[in-house]
Amino acid sequence: MFTFALTHAYLIPLFPALAFLLIGPFTRGDKNLSATIAIFMMSLSLIFSIFVAMATQTYNITMNDPFVMKMTWAVVGNLPLTMGIFIDPLTAMMLLVVTLVSLLVYIYSASYMADDEGMGRFFAFISLFSASMLGLVGAVSFLQLYVFWEGVGLCSYLLIGFYYDRLSAREAAKKAFITTRIGDFGMLVGIIILAVMFGTTDFLELRMIIPNYVLATGTTMITIISLLLFMGAIGKSGQFPLHVWLLDAMEGPTPTSALIHAATMVAAGVFLVARAYFIFSESTIAMYFITGIGTFTAFFAACIAVTQNKFKGVLAYSTISQLGYMMCAVGLGAFSASMFHLVTHAFFKAMLFLCAGAIMHALHEETDIFKMGGLWKKMPLTFLCMLVGVLAISGIPPFSGFFSKDEILAAAKVASQPVYIVMMFTSFLTSFYMMRLLIIAFLGENRSEYEAHEVDAFMRWPMLMLAILTLVVGLAGYYGGFSLWVNDGTAVHETLNYQVAATGTVVALLGYVLAFVIFGRQSIRKKVARRRRSFVYQVVYHKFYVDEFYDYIRRRLVYTFAYALNWVDIHIFGGIMDGLGAYALGTSDILSAPANGQVQRYLLFFYTGVAILLIAALYWTVQIILQGGGVFG
Amino acid sequence: MISFPILSVILLTPLVAAAIIAVLPKRFRETMRQLAAFAMIVVLLLVLFLYVDYDTAAGGMQYTEYLPWIADLGVAYSLGIDGISLPLLLLSSAVGLASVFSSWHIEHRTKEYFVLLLILIAGVSGAFLARDLFLFLLLTEMVVVPAYIMVLIWGSSERIPKSEAAMKMTIFLLVGSAFMLVGVILLYVYAFPDGARTFDVTALSMSSVSGNIPYGVQVIAFLLLLVGFGSHLSMFPFHIWSPDGYSAAPTAVSMINAGVLKKIGGYALIRIGFFILPFGAKFWAPVIAILATINVVYASYVALAQKDIKYMISYSSVSHMGYVLLGLAALNVVSVTGAVAYMVAHGIMIALFFSQVGYVHDKTDARSTDDLWGLAHYMPYITTGFMLAGLCALGLPGLIGFIPEFTIFVGSFSQFPVLTVISVFGIIFTAFYVLRMLAKVLFGKRIEKFEGIKDERHADVVPLAVLGVFLVGFGVFPSLLMDTINSGVAPLSPLFDLVKDAPMISLFQGVDIWGGIPK
Repeated sequence: MFTFALTHAYLIPLFPALAFLLIGPFTRGDKNLSATIAIFMMSLSLIFSIFVAMATQTYNITMNDPFVMKMTWAVVGNLPLTMGIFIDPLTAMMLLVVTLVSLLVYIYSASYMADDEGMGRFFAFISLFSASMLGLVGAVSFLQLYVFWEGVGLCSYLLIGFYYDRLSAREAAKKAFITTRIGDFGMLVGIIILAVMFGTTDFLELRMIIPNYVLATGTTMITIISLLLFMGAIGKSGQFPLHVWLLDAMEGPTPTSALIHAATMVAAGVFLVARAYFIFSESTIAMYFITGIGTFTAFFAACIAVTQNKFKGVLAYSTISQLGYMMCAVGLGAFSASMFHLVTHAFFKAMLFLCAGAIMHALHEETDIFKMGGLWKKMPLTFLCMLVGVLAISGIPPFSGFFSKDEILAAAKVASQPVYIVMMFTSFLTSFYMMRLLIIAFLGENRSEYEAHEVDAFMRWPMLMLAILTLVVGLAGYYGGFSLWVNDGTAVHETLNYQVAATGTVVALLGYVLAFVIFGRQSIRKKVARRRRSFVYQVVYHKFYVDEFYDYIRRRLVYTFAYALNWVDIHIFGGIMDGLGAYALGTSDILSAPANGQVQRYLLFFYTGVAILLIAALYWTVQIILQGGGVFG
Repeated sequence: MISFPILSVILLTPLVAAAIIAVLPKRFRETMRQLAAFAMIVVLLLVLFLYVDYDTAAGGMQYTEYLPWIADLGVAYSLGIDGISLPLLLLSSAVGLASVFSSWHIEHRTKEYFVLLLILIAGVSGAFLARDLFLFLLLTEMVVVPAYIMVLIWGSSERIPKSEAAMKMTIFLLVGSAFMLVGVILLYVYAFPDGARTFDVTALSMSSVSGNIPYGVQVIAFLLLLVGFGSHLSMFPFHIWSPDGYSAAPTAVSMINAGVLKKIGGYALIRIGFFILPFGAKFWAPVIAILATINVVYASYVALAQKDIKYMISYSSVSHMGYVLLGLAALNVVSVTGAVAYMVAHGIMIALFFSQVGYVHDKTDARSTDDLWGLAHYMPYITTGFMLAGLCALGLPGLIGFIPEFTIFVGSFSQFPVLTVISVFGIIFTAFYVLRMLAKVLFGKRIEKFEGIKDERHADVVPLAVLGVFLVGFGVFPSLLMDTINSGVAPLSPLFDLVKDAPMISLFQGVDIWGGIPK
């Protein structure tokens, strides 16, 4: 069975792709059938992924000795473009995470989207997304990675804009695509340079070539390539300065936010750095840069999260912040810790978003946390899940986030004191804003006009499953030897750094205390109203005005310039060319004279004009030649 | 044994259909349409057969046909296809078929319309079939007249009167043709001594390789061809005619002009420019590359400012031609393969775009992003068509445009790294204007004005179906396209090697172009 799963691992992305092909054109109209097909296909993928993960143990597949199946997709000169499936512990782990979260989110969506006209369309898109994401993590070459990278980008675009009659959704979808495209530009250039320099984009071959290349010629080109590739990761993983799209991406249906914009796709940037670790790790500058961007993003996003009032807004910024942790870790060389955090984060963040969905479902799409309150009595299970999520993200033992975050902080402590301090402080902010969210939304008096109720079983079970995973995965990963399984280079069994662990826990608890001090009393509104007047609060609340800045550039520079060029095109270049044509015709007003349909007359004019032009051109050419060859020389 | 003259049948079927339509009484409108459609279906099936049957391993000109015509001048009725012309022939027959179905609701002078349309289609297809330069020039000239008349009678326009747009288009194409005519005559005269002259492209190429065409003549003749075909290909600054021309033209003419006619320019630069004048091509390569980059960036910027969708698409097409020019300028097998493939890809994509916009314009009488709104609510087919074409325009992998684009970049990077990176930057702008247009036209709330508007059905869906199959099919299985083109471009490899170290035009030092062919 393991062998079968391994040799047929290419089916894992194909199952959801098949679901898309069935639902998109055929069963879109039938909601339940569409959901069933999607869920069934994803279950198959999950089963295969589990067997593949086990097979990596049985067959002793490691990062240095992967199992690869590939075929030639197209040949460009001497450059074969390959597609296939690349199985190593990193991919096996990602396959598991993606299929598991996908399946749970699908089941949840079957109930969440039940009232929506476009449920069939939703399952078509989200199946296509899972197929692309699985193709991405199983990529054998940079080209394949890029193909599916754009694929998940497309699905993200389609799903953010799912409610296409809303202007905000329409604009958010556009923004997401264009912002990530800016990163993709760099990534594409990086891939082109790799293809030109090394004649291949296959990971396995590049892994052989690059170390020798570095020994022979140094790391300048590797640094350039790494930074270009990293642009793609910045865009996709919402790192500063391309983080602006992720908040707007919350316009999509909430299951989409859980699956795509929290658990899987946004982690693709981190995955890219991990997959191409053999390139990045050759360049010290690139690694510093990654750490710098990651650290800054983690801190920056956490600051903004403290001030946000939308439930999903807080979660969106916390996602950006947590992705910053992962980036920082992989930049520090803590490969395994970064991947561990990716896994734990995928589960607890997906769960937090599903909780958000449950609340919005119960409160008729209410998103403002100040209009919630007192929900713990009415939605006890959601509250419980939420609590587990908050404890996990804050890094309270024994929840999953504790183990992964501890490894990152421990790595930071060894590598760089400033990074460690910033990350520790960010950890404090994290526990503060998450507890703030929990207190305002779930405790205190009810400020909603609607009567909340617990959600149905379809939505409950996935949340509960994720809560259990959040409890288990950290312990299992830590004691089960995650760091021995997924690593790059020498395998080290990470052990808890008790000093860091204790500090981290205390800092997180301090964050809770502060949150209770500020928001724990009844007079929430008065407190907040007073704080909002301060200048600093305003700047942070408006996300440091980055969006406004980009908008200014877009409107003032891009569009103004475009209109100016349009004018130039019509009046300057168009004018010159029209003038030449008119000159050729020997009459200046013929172009503006109304045509009377006499084709023959025009053709006569044309050929006369053409003759004149030709003589002029020939005269000009002869002049050039007589002047001795070079045109400008 | 005389084999079945399949290429002649492909060339003549539309003309025969045109002749039959011409003698039909006016009231048989339905029959005329059906006849035109039938002719194009036959053509497409024959071309598909050729595409499958063509032996890529053997390569070279196949299914050749030869009949002496004007023996004194060395003119012959000589047809043949190779790996470069075959995909373009496929493009022209697919777009031809789609354009007939996009004209299904033409009620005004139906007879004249279909006669002219079929002549136009035969002309553009024939240009890819001709192995004789004289025949080639004849066919490319032939298409200008029906295009002009069709814009005048069935066109529509916003920015400038359609008569003016038609004139502009015709002048540019004819003036361009005049330039290239001089270029062709130059190489014709030099390649062989009096009495042995021929217009056969293969013979001319061989003569040139053996050194019969002096270096200076190559340089000058190529410049003339570049100006001539550059205006076909809407190379900056000769692109001025194309936005006005396409926007004013009726849907079918926009589809054929932008989808196929334009590609004749690129095709001729390869077939005549590269095969016969390799040193000339090398000399002017940097100029082409710089103009190509201007095309990409400048035109996509201008596209951003357009409100009229047809203008926006026209400027996007100018911008995309920059990629083709960049691929051509890099003068290596990879980049030229990419350029040819991209011409096919772009032709399919732009024809689909124009057909969908044309339908929307017919139904709503609007084509400005200010007037259109939320069409996704009413028109699922149109939405699919717009999305496919738009996503293909912005180079989404899995659709036909991506692999060709990537191939061009890989090929041109080694030659012009900076210009290539600037051109890749164009993908951001493309995303900008394409997504802006899609968002405005397709999404948003329902509005009163469009309630009850009809989506495409029956014949209207054919362009989307035919072009969509190629758009997705070649996108998912790019080797179907790339392998054929590879076999066609491979013979250029020795020529590219030959001119590898030949001088290029330079700002800083003169090149003695009369000093004999460089070693």
